[in-house]
Amino acid sequence: MSQTYRINGGQIDRSQLIDFTFDGKRYQGYAGDTVASALLANGVKLVGRSFKYHRPRGIFSAGSDEPNALMTIGEGARITPNTRATVAEIYEGMTVRSQNRFPSLNFDILAVNDVLAPFLSAGFYYKTFMWPAVFWEKLYEPMIRRAAGLGALSGEPDPDQYDKGFLHCDVLVIGAGPAGLMAALVAGRAGLHVILADEDFQMGGRLLCEHEQINSDASLTWVNQVIAELSSMTNVRLMNRTTVYGVFDHGIYGAVTRNTDHLAVKTKRPRETLWRIYAKRSVLASGATERSIALSNNDRPGVMLASAVRAYANRFGVLCGKRVVVVSNNSDGLRTADVLRAAGVEVPEVLDARQLVMPFDIYGKKAVRAIKFSDGRKVDADCIAIAGGWNPNIQLTCHKRGRPVWRDDIAAFVPNKDAITSEMDVAGAANGSFSTHQCLHEGAQAGERIVRALGKNAATVDLPQADDQPFEITPFWEVKGNTKRAWVDPQNDVTTKDIKLAVQEGFRSVELLKRYTTLGMATDQGKASNVLGLAILADCLGQSIPETGTTISRPPYTPVTISAFAGTSRFEHFRPVRETPSHNWAKEQGAVFVSAGLWNRAQYFPKPGETHWRQTVDREVIATRSSVGICDVTTLGKIDIQGPDAGEFLNRVYANAFAKLAVGKCRYGLMLREDGFAMDDGTAARFSDTHFVMTTTTANAVSVYRHLEFCRQCLWPDMDVKLISVTEQWAQYAVAGPNARKLLQKIVDKEHDVSNEAFPFMACGEITVCHGIRARIFRLSFSGELAYELSVPARYGDSLIKALVSAGEEFDVVPYGTEALGVMRIEKGHAAGNEINGQTTAKQLGMHKFVSNKKDCIGKFLSGREGLNEEDGSCLVGFKPVRQTDVLNAGAHFIGLGELNNAENDEGYLSSIAYSPSLKSYIGLGFLKRGQERIGQEIRAVDLLRGTDVQVTVCSAHFIDPKGERLRV
Amino acid sequence: MIIIHPLLGPRDAQEFTYLGDASLIHRPDPEADNVAGTFYEYLYQRDNIAGEHRELWFHEQGDRSWLVIKRNTLTHDILSVELASDVARREGRSK
Amino acid sequence: MQYSAFQIFKQTLRGHVGWKPTWRSPDPKPQYDYIIVGGGGHGLATAYYLAKKYHGVNIAVFEKGWLGGGNVGRNTTIIRSNYLLDANEPFYEYSMKLWEGLEQELNYNAMISQRGIINLFHTDPQRDAFVRRGNAMRLHGADAVLLSQEALRKKCPFLNFDNARFPVLGGLWQPRGGTARHDAVAWGYARGADQHGVDIIQNCEVTGFLIRDGVCTGVETTRGQIRAKKIGVAVAGSSSRVMAKAGMRLPIESHVLQAFVSEGLKPIIPGVITFGAGHFYVSQSNKGGLVFGGDIDGYNTYAQRGNLPVVEDVCEGGVALMPMIGRARLLRMWGGCVDMSMDGSPIIDKTHIEGLYFNGGWCYGGFKATPASGVAFAHLLATDAPHDTAKAYRFDRFSRGFLIDEKGVGAQPNLH
Repeated sequence: MSQTYRINGGQIDRSQLIDFTFDGKRYQGYAGDTVASALLANGVKLVGRSFKYHRPRGIFSAGSDEPNALMTIGEGARITPNTRATVAEIYEGMTVRSQNRFPSLNFDILAVNDVLAPFLSAGFYYKTFMWPAVFWEKLYEPMIRRAAGLGALSGEPDPDQYDKGFLHCDVLVIGAGPAGLMAALVAGRAGLHVILADEDFQMGGRLLCEHEQINSDASLTWVNQVIAELSSMTNVRLMNRTTVYGVFDHGIYGAVTRNTDHLAVKTKRPRETLWRIYAKRSVLASGATERSIALSNNDRPGVMLASAVRAYANRFGVLCGKRVVVVSNNSDGLRTADVLRAAGVEVPEVLDARQLVMPFDIYGKKAVRAIKFSDGRKVDADCIAIAGGWNPNIQLTCHKRGRPVWRDDIAAFVPNKDAITSEMDVAGAANGSFSTHQCLHEGAQAGERIVRALGKNAATVDLPQADDQPFEITPFWEVKGNTKRAWVDPQNDVTTKDIKLAVQEGFRSVELLKRYTTLGMATDQGKASNVLGLAILADCLGQSIPETGTTISRPPYTPVTISAFAGTSRFEHFRPVRETPSHNWAKEQGAVFVSAGLWNRAQYFPKPGETHWRQTVDREVIATRSSVGICDVTTLGKIDIQGPDAGEFLNRVYANAFAKLAVGKCRYGLMLREDGFAMDDGTAARFSDTHFVMTTTTANAVSVYRHLEFCRQCLWPDMDVKLISVTEQWAQYAVAGPNARKLLQKIVDKEHDVSNEAFPFMACGEITVCHGIRARIFRLSFSGELAYELSVPARYGDSLIKALVSAGEEFDVVPYGTEALGVMRIEKGHAAGNEINGQTTAKQLGMHKFVSNKKDCIGKFLSGREGLNEEDGSCLVGFKPVRQTDVLNAGAHFIGLGELNNAENDEGYLSSIAYSPSLKSYIGLGFLKRGQERIGQEIRAVDLLRGTDVQVTVCSAHFIDPKGERLRV
Repeated sequence: MIIIHPLLGPRDAQEFTYLGDASLIHRPDPEADNVAGTFYEYLYQRDNIAGEHRELWFHEQGDRSWLVIKRNTLTHDILSVELASDVARREGRSK
Repeated sequence: MQYSAFQIFKQTLRGHVGWKPTWRSPDPKPQYDYIIVGGGGHGLATAYYLAKKYHGVNIAVFEKGWLGGGNVGRNTTIIRSNYLLDANEPFYEYSMKLWEGLEQELNYNAMISQRGIINLFHTDPQRDAFVRRGNAMRLHGADAVLLSQEALRKKCPFLNFDNARFPVLGGLWQPRGGTARHDAVAWGYARGADQHGVDIIQNCEVTGFLIRDGVCTGVETTRGQIRAKKIGVAVAGSSSRVMAKAGMRLPIESHVLQAFVSEGLKPIIPGVITFGAGHFYVSQSNKGGLVFGGDIDGYNTYAQRGNLPVVEDVCEGGVALMPMIGRARLLRMWGGCVDMSMDGSPIIDKTHIEGLYFNGGWCYGGFKATPASGVAFAHLLATDAPHDTAKAYRFDRFSRGFLIDEKGVGAQPNLH
């Protein structure tokens, strides 16, 4: 069987024969065919199975509204399920498979559901599968889940590339049918920047599918002329295979272009491009979609939309049947018979639903065989073309919550003019104006309106002469009187009976009906079924359609690939990486890196022979504490604060006092949120009366800066102070350990005295290092050792670390990473992110003495609330295992000795733990109720998740050098 | 959304960070009477208007200015955009 | 009418003509003992538990639109009790226990499916925080399991372990977590309430409260004045607008939370998975659609629709975490208007107006709370005392400083 349904004509390229397979069988089509047209050309009727009853399904439409012909296309990791055969272009070697059937399309075991259908009424699953309760997850649900779903994913990572783009234009024209082409032409000739987008691979819209005349030529001639003219304009961008899928705020449109799905050889080009289009105006010229009529067994393969039957004949040169019965309730549908007869098809019967005789039933299981009429006649046919009227494609007018209005004369919803903002015009069939003349006219008008609105002169465009037959329809939704099922939503298997039952059971709102029956929830988003379903609901309720309601549609207009939304942000590129200036140096040293927000920081620097990270970290800690270590602390937030009011500004944003900090000194600062909880801690160094440099934690650098700008601009706009983040402008290194000064003295230029006397603990200064390189030095210690932080302009960071290491060789200097940093800060009892987690107060952190009583500051007032000052509140203390060899786990909770493990006995938790090589034991910091009063007591650290229960002694958080003597030597 | 920045022109809202009601400008004077109630109202209570809402946005990926934007929370239409420092001064805040 | 397989069999033989309306459509009476404003999940559950426990009381639920049309009809259907704080965990765990027997209780299959929820972690501090939370859950009698990377590889081989920007180190798993068929929850409660005599009045908006001398004695509706002894408001998403009619301001902002569903796919994702290094969570519905979401858009809105940055952010997270879903297509996106409270936790409390009670501030987590919220609100309405599990959900916690801030971000609703 080889394209036996192919006839002459159409816009396929017969010089390019294309081979493809469907369910393993080889077929041929031509360039310009869709999978659907090629299968129809080969006489393939059965292409899928329905969702619930697994009924045989054939091709129903010729566009993106297709509910039935969903295919799995491609192979390997490129398998793409649920692709509509009616829009997928064929290419050489294409693999197409049907889905939701087992073992085969022809013989599907679950078709038994169709036999059981009487029991499987709307919402039946809400009424059963409840007994016994445990059977739900074990039996019923797995069974339902296996049966449900459509196509399958490959389970492998999507191998294709995707990209995102941004476009700006004066006018975006959505749809390149007669209205859209005309609007684009008018706007383009007036010199506006125009984007014309169409979801199809070929522009022309419905004109591609009809044999009409424009200006006494074939309409296609006109289409080609217009496209040629538009293509020649540099101010017009034509985008085919591009779906405008959504309308967002302020003239932003979402669109997606399919670049490579139609190509046999997948190039390196992105498979799809997701566009954000910023348009001053838009014209919605998205056409209309035909709808069906509910009649018994109207879901059989071969029952199709009349417009689709015409489209296949005219555009693709394919007959959908050789004996076609036409059923129509409108003037447009009746044209189908003429088209088909002209193509040599036998049309034994044209049923105008406005007459007395009705279609009554359809015969044939896997393909239509015959149709029966209400007068008892039975007519053989292999295709039924149904024309139930046209629904304007108004979806995009609803995306900003516009509600359409009903027009009785065309029996359809049209956009509500009031609900559409000035941003969007609607023209042509999308506006309920169905003749070609009306489409051209409205398109031109929309174009002219926009040209004028944007202050340009509209060149006169002669309106082409075209068909202007009035559209006449007599609403006719449903054939009554037959007890067999009549389909409304063919994909989800919703029948008129389901709607009636739902109404009988009280689901009378259209929204409830949708949810109860799943009407319109299929992959076509209700394009095939919503209005028909609503009409039948209205009939059941004895109301008009507008009284019954509408359903508004949400983006996307047609389904969009998830990868397209992700674009290039995948795998390692999900988020940007921030690296410090000495990152490459650390990499050369063999550092292991860890994520800290977007930063990659050196976690530890293993040496050959070290087999466990603990060995490395222990070595780094011991070396630092016994001689000297260097740590890259560039990632700390750094904020430069300048101005006469800088001191007073800091005084207000920090809980502790800053106004009187001497020039040349640093101070530790605790910052509260306005609600009184600790926000961040850091230091501020004063370089002059009017100049401070603040550091923040790595994690809060952005939010602290934002907060400070809020305070400056919104709370105290007249304060004479300016801020700027300099995090990335300065590379900063901690040099810590008893030999830190000796090391520094080797690189600090001689004129700067960093002796203990000249440069004591908490001093800061601007100096030069390495013969004239500008630097800042801060005598701060996070490790508890004699320590400095040295910062240089970022471009010198890499050189500085090398200079420090080389100067430190004689002291056996080690670079240390965030792990050793963490160990040493825990040994020293400094709170960090695990403690200042946004849920703790200064009091809990043992820093209430920091909160100055003498001044107001952000957070001071509300920190006085009862709940932040509970008598038995928890506070930060240290913990040591009673048995030195026991391991502590952060996240373990404290339970009293001999108490039951339950919430009532929960007294706090371990926030940070480390193995202390100095103490040769695990140590921890944690929050314990009345912790300060309980130093010396024993309690259990219980980690139920890991199954550990460790007896610990409560101790001071300062495990090492509690008096801070080492800092000051 | 597009925010028409008073200094920089139209900008995608994605460049901005949102804070909330512009009444946050009016931090109470801690020396005033009944300040407990005032602070609580200031920080926690919101008009949460369905309609024209004055709100604070920070141009984080831009010039780092705080803006007061009047925006309709039912339609997202933006009615005005001003520098927050100008608004704060106009409404009596100083140092 | 009792629902069962036998009933379906019986009704099928009778051609389905015997199915009764799931609920009545009564006209409102002039007076009730209790009025619940809001016919969403929480309002219907409240009415159900009130009617069930306190026989012989007259209860009405007033719903502006169609029942279940609020956030119970537009969420991502997740149920879980994986909370950290003492003020929250007992409440959500109680809710989980109610979920576990709900279908039998209501004789309605809401497809409560305990396929588990896994919160992934990507850094050591995140793991520590999850361990703390998991232990808190266990101490409160809930279930929690720490999954190593190896265990996760077995359970979820499709996660991106090997070339990820933020490698997955492990997860906190609550096996009893899962999903429920959200609409069916509303319908089940509505049916149950109706059977206990509750009048569910759809398409009837409460336009005002009858308040005199600090006492609320009824409501104004689009169908006239209705009196009641006690009025409970459960209209999350519209809380500020409704309570403004009683002259109240709330510690709540309205934000939009977007959610997404893909085309139907054969089963591929077990349970619920949340990404710890981005804004993305996902489950797969019984119909096969991937149901996923992420963060709120972050600006005040009542528009019930969001914008593209969040759509892209969520999909970026999804594809980063599970690159295999990339070729699936996003079928539908929608936005729900949520009550974002000032500490990220709800309020179930009396108001300063006698007879007027409030339930709201559920942020984006109200669905899982539906059963416990119903019980707790019913208890409060009936006894004027807070339910044991909901004692912390008071209005005055903000002024007194007893905040329930799971995330530790302070009084900024869009960060919760």
